[in-house]
Amino acid sequence: MVAPHAATPSLTAALAPGFADPVHDAQRCFRALMQTMARPGTIQAYANETIAPPTPLSRTLAALALTLIDYDTPIWLDPALAQNPAVAGYLKFHTGAPLAETPGDAAFALIGDPAALMPLSNFNQGTLEYPDRSTTLLMHMQTLDAAAQVTLEGPGIKTSQPFGAAPLQPMFWDQLTANNAQFPRGVDVIFAGATGFATVPRSTRITKTEA
Amino acid sequence: MDPHSESAKMASGPKPTPPSTPKTARQQAMALLASADPAQLTEMVDALPVSTAHEIVRPAETGLVMARGRMGGTGSPFNLGEVTVTRCVVRLSSGEVGSAYTLGRNKQHTRNAALCDALWQHPAHTVVIDSMIITPLAEMRDAARHLVKAETAATKVDFFTMVRGDD
Repeated sequence: MVAPHAATPSLTAALAPGFADPVHDAQRCFRALMQTMARPGTIQAYANETIAPPTPLSRTLAALALTLIDYDTPIWLDPALAQNPAVAGYLKFHTGAPLAETPGDAAFALIGDPAALMPLSNFNQGTLEYPDRSTTLLMHMQTLDAAAQVTLEGPGIKTSQPFGAAPLQPMFWDQLTANNAQFPRGVDVIFAGATGFATVPRSTRITKTEA
Repeated sequence: MDPHSESAKMASGPKPTPPSTPKTARQQAMALLASADPAQLTEMVDALPVSTAHEIVRPAETGLVMARGRMGGTGSPFNLGEVTVTRCVVRLSSGEVGSAYTLGRNKQHTRNAALCDALWQHPAHTVVIDSMIITPLAEMRDAARHLVKAETAATKVDFFTMVRGDD
């Protein structure tokens, strides 16, 4: 008889539980995400306690990833997430998504450390014929209710919506302003906090708050 | 694999029969668990003297898998049709990950099969699982096969040469 061997540590971590109730958990997450996409800059409460992704992938980020990603959507992990191979293994196991070689090939980019984010122009901006092919950024944030850094205006916002998140790269809001100016092309950004998420889609106009 | 020998094989006329690699003990155990009678497997798992505490990594889910075949076992592959398959992955607290794919929609059966696969990989439980589940299942399967063979053999008709009456 072949001697059974214990699973290797990285494999064990990669095979951490995903959604306990895949259909309804994903629908609940998607509903909250849709709500915040429709109201840019507002924070939608979302928490999933059963999901147990390998560090440094946060629960909210993992829930978003399991909701949005499937075998058809190449993903890109930033160096902070890629340093633990268990993260890629976890996402591959639960979603079947291929890993993109460059950020420009990715449908979704998972950012574990937004303070070290590369320029947004490196991601897929979509084309005028197919603006839907751009990358969607899922960013792991420490806080979503930081002091307002920007004022948002545009579709889904009645007058204006103050928004601030941390940590962010110093030039981030300038880059995102330039990104949104090329509408309908450009990336969409989802900020995943510990207890909820907020979005700034490319249709939103951004004004930096005078500090 | 040596690329040259591979291309040489590919070039030599009809495709060779896929080599029948000997199945590992785990593969054999997983196949037995997947084809076991669901009620029987539940009874066996309930009777296990070891802790069956586990967490669900991937809850049992049902989907379709395209079954493919080869004409005569050697022809080029063709799509036979889609079959319903349920899969499940569980993990023991000690870290062993067990998975199961079973035909049909019986989620309880799939969970039990995955659990047995995980326990089988645990060094301390392998002997118990082998003696209480795998071996009895193998015996039952062989007995069922023999029964079908015997029943079929009983209906065999021998066509012996008869003398025709046209002399």
